[in-house]
Amino acid sequence: MTDFVWLVIAFPLAGAVLLHFLGRRLGEPLAGIIGTLAAAAAFVVAFVAALPFIVEEGNHGETVMLWEWMPAIGANLEITWDPLAAVMALIVTGVGSLIHLFSVGYMHGDERFARFFTYLNLFLASMLTLVLGGNFAMVFLGWELVGLCSYLLISFWYTKPSAAAAGKKAFVVNRIGDFGFMVGLMLVFTNFGTLAFDGIFERVPEILDGSTATAIGLLFLVGAAGKSAQIPLYVWLPDAMEGPTPVSALIHAATMVTAGVYLVARSATIFAAGDAGIVVAVVGALTALWAASIAIAQSDIKRVLAYSTVSQLGYMFIAVGLGGYIAGIFHLMTHAFFKALLFLGSGSVIHGMHEEQDMNKMGGLLEKMPVTGVTMGIATLAIAGIPPLAGFWSKDEILGVAFEYGGVGIVLWVIGLVTALITAFYMTRQWFMVFTGEPRWEEGVDPHESPRSMTVPLIVLAVLSVGAGFLNTPFRLTLEHFLEPSFELVKVAHPPEGLGMFALLAAISVGAGIAGAAMAGFVYSRPREIWERFQGGFGGLWEAWQAAYRVDDLYGATIVTPGRKLSERMAFDFDAGGIDGFVNGVGRAVRSAGARTRVLQTGLVRNYGVGFVAGLLAVVIWLVIAGGGV
Amino acid sequence: MVELVIFVLLGTGAIAGALSVIFAKNPVYAAMGLLGTLFSLGVFYVVNLGHLIAAVQVIVYAGAVLTLFLFVIMMIGVDRVEDTSETIRYQRQLVIGLAAILGVTIAALVIGGEFAWVPLAVDGPIPNGTVENIAGIMFTDWLLPFEVTALLLTIGAAGAIALAYYAPGTSVEDAE
Amino acid sequence: MIEVTAGWYLSLAAVLFSIGLLGILVRRNALIMFMCVELMLNAVNLTFVAAGRALGNLEGQVAVFFVLVVAAAEVVVGLAIIVAIFRRRESASVDELATLRG
Repeated sequence: MTDFVWLVIAFPLAGAVLLHFLGRRLGEPLAGIIGTLAAAAAFVVAFVAALPFIVEEGNHGETVMLWEWMPAIGANLEITWDPLAAVMALIVTGVGSLIHLFSVGYMHGDERFARFFTYLNLFLASMLTLVLGGNFAMVFLGWELVGLCSYLLISFWYTKPSAAAAGKKAFVVNRIGDFGFMVGLMLVFTNFGTLAFDGIFERVPEILDGSTATAIGLLFLVGAAGKSAQIPLYVWLPDAMEGPTPVSALIHAATMVTAGVYLVARSATIFAAGDAGIVVAVVGALTALWAASIAIAQSDIKRVLAYSTVSQLGYMFIAVGLGGYIAGIFHLMTHAFFKALLFLGSGSVIHGMHEEQDMNKMGGLLEKMPVTGVTMGIATLAIAGIPPLAGFWSKDEILGVAFEYGGVGIVLWVIGLVTALITAFYMTRQWFMVFTGEPRWEEGVDPHESPRSMTVPLIVLAVLSVGAGFLNTPFRLTLEHFLEPSFELVKVAHPPEGLGMFALLAAISVGAGIAGAAMAGFVYSRPREIWERFQGGFGGLWEAWQAAYRVDDLYGATIVTPGRKLSERMAFDFDAGGIDGFVNGVGRAVRSAGARTRVLQTGLVRNYGVGFVAGLLAVVIWLVIAGGGV
Repeated sequence: MVELVIFVLLGTGAIAGALSVIFAKNPVYAAMGLLGTLFSLGVFYVVNLGHLIAAVQVIVYAGAVLTLFLFVIMMIGVDRVEDTSETIRYQRQLVIGLAAILGVTIAALVIGGEFAWVPLAVDGPIPNGTVENIAGIMFTDWLLPFEVTALLLTIGAAGAIALAYYAPGTSVEDAE
Repeated sequence: MIEVTAGWYLSLAAVLFSIGLLGILVRRNALIMFMCVELMLNAVNLTFVAAGRALGNLEGQVAVFFVLVVAAAEVVVGLAIIVAIFRRRESASVDELATLRG
């Protein structure tokens, strides 16, 4: 029995409430420790609650009803505790706990130290509501709450104008996605009459026809693209790096941005009933390649990782779009480990370099920051897909799924391979630029290794980045068996059968990865002039990548500026002239009518009397004439 | 025959009294004219068998109400002669016009015989408005209105005191 | 022989009522206007009595009784108002009470 699973949400929520009211009094570092303990407690509860799935083969899990809120529409406080939810909860709380711990060191000395942990705990509670919710109403609640937390944390240093603007941008772009999600939910409700998972997924084949399922899927894709930063709504994520680095690691790399992937996986039956899946996969593939190419030329250490995140999320979308839900979740998990590690590593670097984020002003840091350097190196190899690290297994499974799909899948597979090569290139480039070569530090900067509370999470995550891949190798499909009960209703896509095929595909992708890494290593381990000659070889293309294809300018010119113009016209011309004019016109008409008729109100009783008598007489005469006698 | 004589004499008196009310420059004369009209009407009540209300008419109107009027007239100033010229524009013309229409209407009604529609004689005994008969109706069918008017009178008396009273030694402004 | 019918009384009442009505319109002294109101009330009383006799019942006289009572109350309150106004304005002219002019 897993009735106690609500504690998973309750612990971080209680932490948030406690820190909100007492945080300032608790001070540093006690507030951070309490926040970390709340996250860790949630992890422990989630782990205990997940044990039955490991022990029992084919355990479906259960729905735990906490409180009947609006039973008529299936919107109750209930938790669906199944293997998928368990995996998500473990990732969120596990990585979350480590990042909380890291933050205790990273946020040292910040005057809103306690408030930061309030937000982090609130975020955990929200994200867990999203992934554990047993109906779409709770998912939507969590969906909006994580958006709120994301906004609060991006603009945590709100006195910095760029941070405030980035928070606003994230909020607005996410709203566009939320709108699609909400319309999708309405469509679900009109078709099923409920929002509860129990009443939806099992009845999909009998209720939804193909086109409706496609429509719902596409609307969900809009929502997922907003939250998970896919084309065309990815623009908020790179700007979100204005927030503190642990926030980037937790929210904008490991957990919140995977909400879209989770949504698609959770709604697998709906996607399987229509044709929206292939659109998801194509969007994912395009995003993967697009973002990876931008990442090549970035010089800000966090922006590289931001575009890398967008690109890796694209991989997950390929997987879940083609029906490889388990492959997608698997990559979601390994990515959470190594991308959190990369972000925390970059945070450690930024911390050691006195808030410097430009990689052109780093170099040679390996000696000064050995732990950070080595762990980040491991993460780089993991994301580059070098066996036997975690990224290799999960990325290969996705590529295998795409290959097995055939047709369009082959195209996606090629795109994935190219992206893998680019990924290996830019990650290796980053590592060499930061950790090797001549020091290019600005004067007065004295790099130093970070304190223990920051390096311990790095080491733990490094171990996970190495080992997590073995959870689901083609030789031993542990995660697959674990997750299978959650996907019983759909046909899950798999990589091609057979060891030979696996070896062939693995060889190709590893080749691509090694090629990319080697190219970057060859160029960026040498002096700066060599890089510049190399970069100059790309001509205008490099500048386009550096400027992120000027997508922000494009959006600004096509959407933001016309929107602002329209708003101004509405506000100053239509509203002030039209609406107000009409209302004022009515007022003026009444007033002028009053000015004309006021002369009748003489205030003289006898004047009124004349009118009164005249009316009386008129009635009497009318009665005499028309009434036929008095 | 007697009734005709009474009607002509007292009817003329009533109209003359009424006219003096609206034409008298001094309010005292107006009050006297009103008294004449009221007295004439009292006689008409007797002729029409309303013995009780005839008495009440004389006692209440001639006795109480007119006395009250005279009190107020004395208080306001009996010697001020009123300026009866019209100050409101068109008021007099309008009133004359209305009076003409009113007169034509009444004349038309009288000449057209509209007021003669009821027969004077009825079958059976003509009820006599003695105290006994009036009370017989008033305290049975009309008991509730009787009680309500009693209440109305009480409230009216209290209201009049509240309106007219102000404590000695205070100015008018303080009283308001 | 000319017989006096109810119509005669009704005609007389109509004339008295009209005189009262016109008096209210031409006189500006509040007291005189009040007397005109009394005149009109009495004209109506006359119609009640005459009609009651013509129809052969006493209800008309009862109505007169009530009119008398109400008129008495009205006179009391009305005169009190006139006195109150006179104290303030030293005048009984209704034309001066025109502060509600539009």
